[in-house]
Parts: sequence; C-alpha cells; structure tokens
Amino acid sequence: MNIDLLHSEVWGQKENLPLLIIRPSKGWCVNLREIWYYRELLYFFVWRDIKVRYKQTLIGAGWAILQPLLTMIIFTIFFGKIAKLPSEGIPYPIFSYSGLLLWTYFSSAVLNSSNSLIGNANLITKVYFPRIIVVFSSAVEGMIDYFIAISILFLMMMFYKISLNLYVIITPFLLFLAFLSATGIGLWLSALNVKYRDVRYAIPFFVQLLLFTTPVIYPSNIISEKFRWLFYLNPISGIIDAHRACILGYKPIDLSSLGISILVSIFLFITGALYFGRTERLFADII
Amino acid sequence: MSDTIIEVKNLSKRYLIGKRESYYTLRDTIVDTFKKPLRFFYRSKTNIEGKTDNYIWALKNVSFEVKQGEVVGIIGRNGAGKTTLLKILSRITEPTEGYVKIWGRVGSLLEIGTGFHPELTGRENIYLNGAILGMKKVEIDRKFDEIVSFAEIEKFIDTPVKHYSSGMYVRLAFAIAAHLEPEILIVDEVLAVGDIEFQKKCLGKMDDVAKRGRTVLFVSHNMAAINRLCHLGILLDKGVLKMMGSAENVVASYLSEAAKSEGERKWDDIKDAPGNDKVRLRAVRVRKLNGEITSVVDIRYPFYIEIEYDIFVPLLNFQIGYQLQTLDGLVVFSTGDIENKDWCQKQKEPGRYVSRCEVPGMFLNSMSYVITVGANVRGIEVFFHEEGVLKFDVAQTGNLLLERYGRLPGVICPSLRWDIFKK
Repeated sequence: MNIDLLHSEVWGQKENLPLLIIRPSKGWCVNLREIWYYRELLYFFVWRDIKVRYKQTLIGAGWAILQPLLTMIIFTIFFGKIAKLPSEGIPYPIFSYSGLLLWTYFSSAVLNSSNSLIGNANLITKVYFPRIIVVFSSAVEGMIDYFIAISILFLMMMFYKISLNLYVIITPFLLFLAFLSATGIGLWLSALNVKYRDVRYAIPFFVQLLLFTTPVIYPSNIISEKFRWLFYLNPISGIIDAHRACILGYKPIDLSSLGISILVSIFLFITGALYFGRTERLFADII
Repeated sequence: MSDTIIEVKNLSKRYLIGKRESYYTLRDTIVDTFKKPLRFFYRSKTNIEGKTDNYIWALKNVSFEVKQGEVVGIIGRNGAGKTTLLKILSRITEPTEGYVKIWGRVGSLLEIGTGFHPELTGRENIYLNGAILGMKKVEIDRKFDEIVSFAEIEKFIDTPVKHYSSGMYVRLAFAIAAHLEPEILIVDEVLAVGDIEFQKKCLGKMDDVAKRGRTVLFVSHNMAAINRLCHLGILLDKGVLKMMGSAENVVASYLSEAAKSEGERKWDDIKDAPGNDKVRLRAVRVRKLNGEITSVVDIRYPFYIEIEYDIFVPLLNFQIGYQLQTLDGLVVFSTGDIENKDWCQKQKEPGRYVSRCEVPGMFLNSMSYVITVGANVRGIEVFFHEEGVLKFDVAQTGNLLLERYGRLPGVICPSLRWDIFKK
C-alpha cells in the first residue's frame, strides 16, 4: 500500500513561510500529515453534530435509549416469544439488546458517513479542508448514543441478575473496530455518493438487509460451520459476537471470527481511504 | 522573486459543459455505456484528447505574480473565471494544468458565513467557523473578544444565529474571517451584503490587513471599491488574463472596453444572450427622443434607454432595470421597470418586450456613463446581471450656466431651481 505523505502540495520553508504548491494531482494518495493538522476541526464537527442533534426535540438524548429499547421489545415479542429463536441460554431481551447496541451505532455510522459529503456540500464548495474529516466526524458522532444506551444494558443485567464480565473493558476496542469498518464502508459510499446519487437511496435498504445477516436477532451458532466464514465476511458480525461475549461472559470470545472481522475492517478502511483520496479532488466540481 | 508571495504559472481549469453542477446517476453511466460500449474503457483517453467542444476552459494559461503586501482586485464579467481562480488558490478545486506556488497561510472567504449552523449560538459558531477556516482553538480563544466587538453582537453572543438579523449574521461572519490573520486573504464579493456602515468597516479592515504586510486578493463587481482598495488589478475575460496593471487603469479599461459605444448592443444569437431559459436579454440601446440610436446624447435633452428582451414563461413580479455607472465604477443610480404602475402588478406572458426608460435632460453631467442591465423576480430569482453592456457619452452643449463656467464637477449636473430674494 502506497500512502503518500505528500499529496498535491509540498510543505517546505522559504523565508519562514510555508510553501504550498497547488498543481494537478496524480495517483492514489492520502495526506496523513494534513489530516493530523486538521484534527481540531474533526473535534469541532463532532461537537457541532452532537450539539445540534437533539435541539428542538422533546426528549432529547432519550432518543439514544428509546431507539434500541423499543427495537429490543419488538424483537423480544416477535423473535424471542413468538418465533422462539434461540439466544444461547441468556434472556432474549439481554441477548438482543446487547447486539442492538453496537448494531445501532454501526448502522447509523454507515448511514451518516455515507451521506456526510453531500450533507456538507456547501462547505465542500466553499472552504478547503481534508474532506475525510467530514466522514470521520459523522461516524464518531453516534458513539455518544452508544455510551448512553449501554447504561441501560447494565441496568437490565442487574434486573436479570447477570454479573458483569471482566472483559467488558475491551468494549471500547470493539467500538473502535465498529468505527473502523463503518468508516471503511462510509469512505467508499460517500465518495460514490458524490458521483452517483443512487447510493443515497440504496444505503438504508442495504443497511436493513445487513441486519439480517448479522447475529443481532439470532446467535451465530445457528449458521452451519460450512458457511460460517462467509457469514463473518460481514465485518460487524464477528464484532457483535465478541461484544456480546465480553460483556456477558457466557462464552469465550471467538478469536478466529473476530480476527476475520478485524482483517475485513482494515481492508475496507484502507481501500476506502485510497479510493476517497483518489476521487477527493473532484468532489467540489461534481457535488 | 524574493518578495513574491503568489506565483501562478500557466494555470488552466477545464470543466465539462453542463456537468459542472450536475451529478450522474448510475443509470446514466450504464445507459451511456450501452450506447457506446467501448467508450467506458477509453474514457480517460477521450477525456484528455477527445472532443474539445464538450469542455469549457474556465481558465486558460493564466500566469501572474503577486508580491507581499499587495492588494489585488480581480475583475471581469460573469463567467470570466474569477471565482474559479479563487477556488484554485484556496484549494477547493484542482487546476487541470499549470501550478500555483503560495508562500504562507491562505484564508479564503468565498461566501459569508460558510458553515454557520443556525441552531448554534454566536459563541459556538465563532469556534466552529473559525475551525473551518483553519484557526486553532487557542487562536480563537485569544481573538474571541476582538471578534465579538468587531461584529457588534455582544448582547446576542449566546443567542442561536437563526434569530439574528441578516446584518448581524454578515457582521459576525466577516469578523471571524477578518481575524484569521493569514498571510494571504482571498475575498469574493462579500461586501455586496451588509449595510453601508459595515461595508466601510470591512473595507477599513481589509486596508488594515494590507498595511500590516498581508496580501489581499479581492473579487468584486464594485469598481469603486476596487479603485479605492486595490493597488493592482487583474482583468479576466473568458478565462484568459487580459490585463494586469494599476487598479485604476484596469478598471477604466474594463468598463470602457466592456461597453461598446455604438449606442446599441444586440445579441443576435440567442445562445450568447445573457439570461436563461426563462428570460434572455436581446438588445440595449440609447435613443434620442426622435428615435435615432446614438452613443452621444445632448446634455440638455431627455433621451431613452431601451432594453429589449424575450420572456419564455409567464412571470409575475418580473422586473428589468439598469444601473448607470461612471467609468471609475461609481453607481450614479439604479432603476427598474417596476416603476411602471400599469405593468407592475401584471403577469408578463411569453413574448418579446421592450422596457424603455426616459432619462431627463439637464440631469447627467458631460462625461461617459456605462449601463449595467439586470433582470429578476425580486427575492426569487436573478435571471442575469450583465456588467457594462453599453457605454454612452453625454455631450456638453449650451446652457447658460455651462457656457459661462464650462463643465461643472460632479457625476450629475442637474439644473435646479433657484429663488433669489432681496431683503
């Protein structure tokens, strides 16, 4: 992988002033140094989105809890009680909620980051900054909801008298993995979205379908061993499995499936970043 | 070379015609691919060497240098490439050919209040907008009070900006950008908004910025502002650098060259005519009362300014009008045909129209004037705004006063009634 530090510009020194060269860029490149320079902007975008998010709403951050909670109730009634799906021996509400938590983060991160560029079109045509910042910030934003919603899981576990597993401390790492895979998909889709608006209509549908190939409603062990590897190509599957296992501690974390998820996430992220870097220069012209 | 701060060399930018602001859908690409199955594979090749008529060069081989501390005004008609040039300099879009070397931090203000969020308060927007423009948080902390007092919004600093008046909004936005303190400040036509007082303040601030050795690049349609503020002028025409020199010379040359002086300007080919698929400007002429078309009118007598245009869709509240400017850019007055009481409430059906304005005699002074024509539905849509369409001269001829004193100073020369009493 060729990650070029020097994009279309070269920073040098002349009379104590930084020199910037603007010229047609070629090839695949991601300017890491510049992204680092703009890190504060990432913070401000996240801060803006969080601030604005629940303005003029009645229950505000309550939505962060209500969404997975209501989904969990519906799932419990239909999949748990009526369809009697197995839940690996833990109460179905806990089972589905622990999966939904991370799923809700992942799906909103994919949706938001994919629409982030066209949502900020006015900025992109008027100001320069590394466009990748917008994608990152919209994927970070949902983490707040995750942390709000996870507190409900702990309350539910107290109610069902399930003790907290020690491995709960690795959940931030799993959240980061979810971020990595969501951003990887987001980088691809947001760049495609600038060119093809079809993406905008396809994503909600795609995300909805993805839910059914993810072990949120059902445990992954109902998939036959033969197709398991295919199942884990969906990067969020292994992460959700590990997430559930590490909080509830009812089974060991399956390292091989998590390993596949990590590899797929990294692959998506790097190829996404490269594709993004390649098409970035056209955004302002065609958005 | 030592104090050159911006070096632009053979800069060119090519856009696809008609695709500049549109987007493809996947279907379009698929349909295109089926129509010309091989094109998909050869696309990159045809893009570079292929049919040139599908492209437009927004900039072509533009080269110039700017030295530290210079204030440069960039002028030209709509579509001359001014904004494209600024967008390349501020790195929003990439050039197709050529390069730019810039020494120092660039602050660009292509639109006032970019990135403002209506739900956030003034305080929050200062931080957000500052960060978007490239300021560090510590820097914003340091300049915060200065920004607030410059924008004169102390009382409303914790009010969401959606409740701001447009004046406050603009003041805040400019204040943030003005305190960016880059080595190079790029400003695009932002002074068109805001009240006169604040415009003066902004011009003052830009002057200030320049005096401290910063470089300013400034696009404006306000020729008087360019003259007042800039040392140098760059004239762009259809993407080509036409002239670079002292601001005064460039402005004068732009205005007089832009305006043909035959007394009439016609657009025979509808494709070239200013406007869009709703309205097109077809002709502008200066006519004496006896009907003769002329480029020189007698200072004593009234004359007509005639605007001929096509309307293609029924329009309500449509108005067409003009602005009279002196050659150094000062606007003498603006007027529109909405003044006509019979028509101002009526819907204009498709067809060819002439709006004719009578300009009184003994009103304009003996000098050259330039007509700028515009058409809009107020508050809804601007159909065109065509700078310097036509130039005409007002000639000094007899009048008791003028005979005695020659040309009087002033941009107008009205004959006013005087009463004299002996007490």
